[in-house]
Amino acid sequence: MTVTELSPRGAPGAASAPGRTVLEVRNLTTHFPVRTGVVKAVDGVSFNLERGKTLCVVGESGSGKSVTARSILQIVDAPGRIVAGEMILHRPDGSSVDLAKLGNRSREIRAVRGAEIAMIFQEPMSSLSPVHTVGDQIMEVLRLHLKMSKAEARARCVELLRQVEIPHPDRAVDRYTFEFSGGMRQRVMIAMALACNPQILIADEPTTALDVTTQAEILDLIKKLQQQHGMAVMFITHDMGVVAEIADEVLVMYHGKVMEAGDVDTIFHAPKDEYTKMLIGSVLRLEQKAEIRLKRPPIDTTAEPVIEVKNLQMHFGSPKAPIKAVDDVTLKVLPGETLGIVGESGSGKTTMGRCLLRIYDPTGGQISYKRADGSKVDIVAADKETLKICRREIRMIFQDPVGSLNPRMTVAQVIGEPLLVNGIAKGRELDDRVADLMQQVGLNPEWRERYPHAFSGGQRQRIGIARAIALNPRVIVADEATSALDVSLRSQMLDLMMNLQDKLGLSYVFISHDIGVIRYMCDRIAVMYRGKVVETGFTEQVCDAPTHPYTQALLSAIPRPDPRMRSMHKRHRYTG
Amino acid sequence: MTDAALAAVDQKRLAVASQWQLMWWAFKRHHLAMIGLAITAFFYLIALIPGFFAVNDPNKQNARAAYHPPQAIHFIDTAQDGSWSFRPYIRPYVLKRDPQTLAAIYTEDPARKVYLQFFAKGYEYNLLGLFPSTTHLIGTDNPNQPLFMFGADRLGRCVYSRIMQGAQISLSVGLVGVFLSLTLGVLLGGISGYYGGRADFVIQRAIEFVLALPTIPIWLALAAALPQDWPATLNYFMITLILSLTGWAQLARVVRGRFLSLRTEEFVTAARLDGASEGRVIFRHMLPSFLSHIIASITLAIPAMILAETSLSFLGLGLQPPTISWGVLLREAQNIRSIATAPWLFAPGAFVVIAVIALNFLGDGLRDAADPYNK
Repeated sequence: MTVTELSPRGAPGAASAPGRTVLEVRNLTTHFPVRTGVVKAVDGVSFNLERGKTLCVVGESGSGKSVTARSILQIVDAPGRIVAGEMILHRPDGSSVDLAKLGNRSREIRAVRGAEIAMIFQEPMSSLSPVHTVGDQIMEVLRLHLKMSKAEARARCVELLRQVEIPHPDRAVDRYTFEFSGGMRQRVMIAMALACNPQILIADEPTTALDVTTQAEILDLIKKLQQQHGMAVMFITHDMGVVAEIADEVLVMYHGKVMEAGDVDTIFHAPKDEYTKMLIGSVLRLEQKAEIRLKRPPIDTTAEPVIEVKNLQMHFGSPKAPIKAVDDVTLKVLPGETLGIVGESGSGKTTMGRCLLRIYDPTGGQISYKRADGSKVDIVAADKETLKICRREIRMIFQDPVGSLNPRMTVAQVIGEPLLVNGIAKGRELDDRVADLMQQVGLNPEWRERYPHAFSGGQRQRIGIARAIALNPRVIVADEATSALDVSLRSQMLDLMMNLQDKLGLSYVFISHDIGVIRYMCDRIAVMYRGKVVETGFTEQVCDAPTHPYTQALLSAIPRPDPRMRSMHKRHRYTG
Repeated sequence: MTDAALAAVDQKRLAVASQWQLMWWAFKRHHLAMIGLAITAFFYLIALIPGFFAVNDPNKQNARAAYHPPQAIHFIDTAQDGSWSFRPYIRPYVLKRDPQTLAAIYTEDPARKVYLQFFAKGYEYNLLGLFPSTTHLIGTDNPNQPLFMFGADRLGRCVYSRIMQGAQISLSVGLVGVFLSLTLGVLLGGISGYYGGRADFVIQRAIEFVLALPTIPIWLALAAALPQDWPATLNYFMITLILSLTGWAQLARVVRGRFLSLRTEEFVTAARLDGASEGRVIFRHMLPSFLSHIIASITLAIPAMILAETSLSFLGLGLQPPTISWGVLLREAQNIRSIATAPWLFAPGAFVVIAVIALNFLGDGLRDAADPYNK
C-alpha cells in the first residue's frame, strides 16, 4: 500500500490543489416517487468539498438542500432514493470510493457514516437520546468505530467535551441531555460528530433552533474546530446572515437545482442568477426601514396611548418559587404605531403578548386599554363581557400558520368565524364580507371553500391576518408572525401588514426575535430579557446606539448579510 | 406543503378532498379492515333480520331430534339415468337407538332426498318486528322435514337458527353498551380534559377507581343482584348498563387525552379569541378533530362488550333463557358430555370469535385511516 498523502491536517499548502478536494459530487439526483409522479428533490447537483473550507448551501424551504446532505450519507427518508450521479470520497490514504454506489445498509457506508463524514442536525432536542448520558452516547461512537476500550473512550469523551467548550467536562460526561440547554446540546452533538476525526462535517441548519447569541457561539466553535482539524464543512442554512459570516463557497439551490455557485463575495456582491438576486435583495430589504414607513409622518408621541401596561407580572408555578415570565413590565402602545418587542427565547415576550389579550391571567399589574369611545378598561380586571368586547378590538396573529388554522374548517369558515360568533354577519352578507377580506390580504376569493392544508405557508399566514382584521380591530398583537416564513415572503407579509395599518389605522404589537424584521417594521422597540424590559426607544436609536449592555450584546451577535462586514468575532457576551 | 411545491402545482389540477374522503381512501388500502367491514356489515344485517336467515323456529323443541348432528348438504344431484345437475339437497337422518345403551344414533337415509330452496316458505316470524313473514333465505321444500345445518341441541332445537337469533342480542349489546359508555366517557372525559384543574383531578380519580375494580366479580355481583323475575327486555338493558359501567372509563381517558392535546393548539386559542362560546369551541372546533378517533375507539370497544356479555351469560348470570344470545347458547356446551357427544354446540363460540376479530380489524383500519397525514 502506498501512502501518497500522510495526514494533511494542519499543513496548509502542503497538498496540491486537486488533493485538497475531499468530496466530489457530480450530477447527484434523488427522487421521491409519490402517487402522482416523481418529486425531483435533488436534480443534478454538483459541487466539491475542500479540506478546511466551508461550503454553505442556501435555499428556501423545499429547495432540496437537506435531501442533498442526506443523500451523501445515504440516509434519505423512504421512499426517496438516489437515482443517478456519483459522490466520490477521497480518503487521506489516497484511495477513493463512490458513495452513490454503496448500498444504504451496507457495511461500507456504515463505516463512512460518523467516522469519515459526520452530520449534525437542526433539533438538538430530538437528535440526542434522553435516556442515555452524554458520555454513553459519545462513547458508543468511539467504541463502535475506533474499537476503543471503555476507559480510553471515556478519556477521549472528556477531551472532546472540553474541545467543544462544555464547562466541567469530567462531570458533564455523566449527565443527561435534558440537563443541558439547547446550545449545550448542540455542542454535545458536535462533540459526537467530531469523535472519530471526520474529514467532512455536514451541518444541517444546526443553529436555526437556537437564539442569536447561542448561534454566534456555535458558529464560532465550528469555525475553530474546523481550523484545528482541517475538516471540510458543508453548512446548510436559510439564513443569509450566517452564510455571509462563515462561508467560503456558496451553493444556491432552488427546486432541487443549483441556481448559482461561487465564492461568498461574488454571490453577495455580484450575483448573476435572478433567483440569487431576489434572495439577496429580500434579505437586504430587511436591513433597513421599510419604504412605506419612510413616507409616513412621524409618530405623535404626545398622543394618549391605546394600551398602557403598568407593572405587569405573570408568574407561573408555585407562589413560593415562581417563574417570573413577565416581571414588572411597563410600556405603552401609541395609536397608529408599531411597537416591536424583541428578545431571545425565554425572555417572556410571547407571554407578555398573550397577557395583553388575557389568554393568561396576569398575576399583577394593569393593562389599561383605551376604547374607541375614549373610555378606559383595565384588561387584567375586566369581567367576561368587557373582555369579549376588548378581544374584538385587540386581535392576534399567531406564529404558526399551520397550527393556528383549524384543519377541519374551510378558509371561509375560518375567516368568517369571528363575524359569525359575534353576530355581525351571516348568510349572504357573511359570504361577501369574507370575499372582501380575502381580497384585502391578497387571496383569491374563489379559494374560500378550500381547507388550510391546500395553501402554502405564506398564504396561510394571510388567512390568519384576514381573520385578525375581520372585526375591524384597533390593535393587533402579532406573535412572531413572519418567523415561520421564507425570507422572500417575509417582506411581502410585512408590507401587507403595514398597508393594512395605513388603511385601518391599526396599532401593532410586533413580537419577534429577528432584529431585521423589527427594524423594517417597527417604530419603537422594547427589548426584553428574562421577563424584564431592559430598554425601550425608537427603532433607529436602539438598533444603532443601544444603551443597555444586553441590547449591545444581542445586536453584536447578529450576523450581517454582507461577507465584507464579518463582525461576529467582535461580539461580546452579556452575563447579567 | 411548502411554497415551492405548491407553486409547481397547477392550481386548476389541485383537488381538495374532505377529511372523510381521505379517510375512506386510506381505509380502502387496508385489506384486512375491508374484510372486517364486510363481515361486520353482514353480521349486523343478520342481527337486524334474524328470522329471514334462520331455517327453523329457534324455540321449537323436537324430541326426535335431540343432539341431531349437522347435516351434510349435497350439491350435485345425480338422477337415475346418470345425468346430473346442480341442485342442493339433504338426506334426512333416521333416528335409531342403541339397544344396550339407548344412545341415539342418527344415520343418513340413502333412499330419500329433500331439496333445498332459496326464499323458501317456513315458520312465521316478524320482519323487523313489524311485518309478519314466512320467507326465509333458505329452506327445504318439505316444511315437515327440518334442516339442521349446525345440528341440534339437547332439546332438538336448531343450533344454526338459534345462532342467527342470538346475533340480535349479542351484537346489539355491544352497540347499546358502547353507546352508553360513549355518552358517559365523552361527557366526563371532555369535562376532565377541557377544564382541567380540580374537575380533572376528581374525574381522574374516579376513572382510576373504576379501572381498579375487578370487572368480572363486579359484573357477577351486579348481575346476581338483578331480580330473576324481571322481564327479558328489562333484564337486557340492565345487563348492558352493568357492562358499560366499567367500559366508559377507558373511553373517557382517550377523550381526555385528545382534549388535553387540543386545548393548547393555537387554533383553539384563536377560536376563543374570536369570541366563540365554550360550547362552540368544544363542538365546532375541537370535536371534529378527533371524531374519527372516537369512532375508531368505539369500534374497538364493541368486541369487548360482546365478549363480556358472552362470558356473563355463559356463567349463567347474564341473560336468562328463553332469551337467546350467543353466551346463552354456549351454556349448552358447559359440560363434558356435550364436548363428547355434540361438539357442534360450540358453533356460537366460533361466531363470537369471528365477530370479535372482524370488529377488531375494522377498528384497527379505522384508527389507521383516521389520520390521513400520518404515515
